Amino acid sequence: MHHTNKMPLATLAKHATVFLLVLLWTLPTLGLLISSVRDKDSLTTSGWWTALAPAERNEVYRTPTADAQSQSGDVFVIEDRLFEVDARVLDTWGSRPTDLTANQAGETVTMDNGTRMTLTKDGQFRWESDQPFELSRGERVFYVSQVPPTFTLNNYEEVLSSEGVGRAFINTLTVTLPATFIPILIAAFAAYALAWMNFPGRLWILAGIVGLLVVPLQISLIPVLRMYTGLSGIFGWEAKSYGGVWLAHTGFGLPLAVYLLRNYMAGLPKEVMESARMDGASHFEVFRTIVLPLSIPALASFAIFQFLWVWNDLLVALVFLGQGEGKTVMTAQLVELLGSRGDNWEILTSGAFITMLVPLVVFVSMQRYFVRGLLAGSVK
Amino acid sequence: MISQIITASFVIALAIGLSALFFIGSNYILDRFLSSESLTADLDRQRRDKIREGIRPWIFVGPAVLVLVVYLVYPVFASLIYSMQDRNADGFVGFANYAWAFGNDGFQIAIRNNILWLIIVPTMSTAFGLVIAYMTDRLWWGQIARTLVFLPMAISFVGASVIWKFIYDYKGSGEEIGLLNAVVMALGGEPQAWISLQPWNNILLMVILIWIQTGFAMVILGAAIRGVPEDTLEASIMEGANNFQIFFKIVIPQIFGTIVVVWTTITILVLKIFDIVFAMTNGQWETQVLANFMYDQLFRSGDIGRGSAVAIVIMLAVTPVMIYNIRRARMENQ
Repeated sequence: MHHTNKMPLATLAKHATVFLLVLLWTLPTLGLLISSVRDKDSLTTSGWWTALAPAERNEVYRTPTADAQSQSGDVFVIEDRLFEVDARVLDTWGSRPTDLTANQAGETVTMDNGTRMTLTKDGQFRWESDQPFELSRGERVFYVSQVPPTFTLNNYEEVLSSEGVGRAFINTLTVTLPATFIPILIAAFAAYALAWMNFPGRLWILAGIVGLLVVPLQISLIPVLRMYTGLSGIFGWEAKSYGGVWLAHTGFGLPLAVYLLRNYMAGLPKEVMESARMDGASHFEVFRTIVLPLSIPALASFAIFQFLWVWNDLLVALVFLGQGEGKTVMTAQLVELLGSRGDNWEILTSGAFITMLVPLVVFVSMQRYFVRGLLAGSVK
Repeated sequence: MISQIITASFVIALAIGLSALFFIGSNYILDRFLSSESLTADLDRQRRDKIREGIRPWIFVGPAVLVLVVYLVYPVFASLIYSMQDRNADGFVGFANYAWAFGNDGFQIAIRNNILWLIIVPTMSTAFGLVIAYMTDRLWWGQIARTLVFLPMAISFVGASVIWKFIYDYKGSGEEIGLLNAVVMALGGEPQAWISLQPWNNILLMVILIWIQTGFAMVILGAAIRGVPEDTLEASIMEGANNFQIFFKIVIPQIFGTIVVVWTTITILVLKIFDIVFAMTNGQWETQVLANFMYDQLFRSGDIGRGSAVAIVIMLAVTPVMIYNIRRARMENQ
């Protein structure tokens, strides 16, 4: 509001509140995204909000046996590395799991039997003794190390190849593109007829379509599935096929498509169409050369709706395409992973992000059309 | 992989091509075989033209009507009949399926939960949407804020369920990696297995849908707020009204119609809610809802009669909105 400059405190509160709300709406997705690129071990042991801080990890190391010792002067020495040289830093260590913080890195500690053990920050291990070592089995050393944050795409590789998400991605694409295009085509013709042609029953069809806008698709599941099964018995088709899903999505998307497009087309200038008709153009020509090009914004709005709806749909795909048989779509695959790999967050987070990627890109790049469609589509 | 991509693209092209071919082909056939150009007598020509142009609307509108009848109109009646038949749709059982449903614990819980969802989700989404729309209006970074709140609209219910299941995660030992438990512990509380914690788990599932739908409410209401006439706002500022007074006494009354529309639209969506419950709990721990209960009856118990009866109950719940819409549409087009 214009007068807010006079009230700095109120303005500040407003900025803070909006910021908080936006944070609340963004954090969930951000958490998923960050988690999906963390390595599996740190993902399961620490919250994603600690991803940028080094993680503390407790591990066990077993020393080499007496075979590895060498003699320099009077001293017998066993040398080794606890871990490969990388960005890890050893913090503290002890000889019992309850004693993790007994000794600092870099310190030389004299053991009970008089031997001297040194563990340095970069993971070097040195053990000295005045007598020859007689170890047939390595001693255990417990240590704490700081692991710097690492980000990796391994989770994505795993989920795409071995968890069937790659295949499901293609299946989803196979379902979505025709299930977006077919209803647009059918609806565009119907919308033109309902807006600009005169024929008996026009108003009835229009009222029927408005009524069908809110019919829950649950009502169609059993009858349509039985119809598909019946047809497959007669003609030998598969009862669960891509064709069946396309047509089902077409049916469920059509009321909104016809409603949106008719309203848009009815608002186009009457004179243009009438003069074209006077010049002898048929309805088909008027539709193809005038109305269709002018309706592109409305077509785009509905296309985004239907694309997002079909891409994100679970129920229709579950019922008419089923699970297994190599036709599983991504949402169904993700639900299956939630069941079978419920604790494997590295798989779930990366899998979920892959399913979200395409809709997010479409959404962000075409937001204007989407908003326009929303505004036209909400039945006022 | 490659071969599947090729097959998929071929199938897509085929589907698109065939449906386009239908419209182009049928219009061509109509123009070709019912052309009046070969006729000489005016009367014959006119009659031929009339027949041709009487058929054409049905080529345009026919496929849509056919698909709608097969996929939406016929199923309503078929479901009604199935709902009065036995589990294999063989014998007539009257209202036995309905009687069974209303006496069933799962169904009663589903009804209770659906009512809770219907009260809480549309109200909260609309309220949050309204507040965010009003506060980001004329904020210099309002567009970014709105986009970020709007973004969950693009995420599938299943994807959103994974996002929130991660937030509600409970391990019970070691460090909690779920955000909610981390916050609870930071405040000095005990971590909880939220998903099975009754009755709060229902609320936690609703949060997911509120999170998604707030963006929708915000966009529609934001447009309505921008439509509030400038002079009424300026007049009230002159009168010395503060932001709260302007919001409650000027803005809300002017956009009340839109608020009702948004609320109704989300209500219809909530009635059909399935994916979130299916993915998060599958109706366990008393989180059942009607659509998931119906899915259970159909595809787990294989009972067509009972499943259809539940579908009809969902249908009946949206019928008032349907009738209202039809009446309004008919009035507008008269």
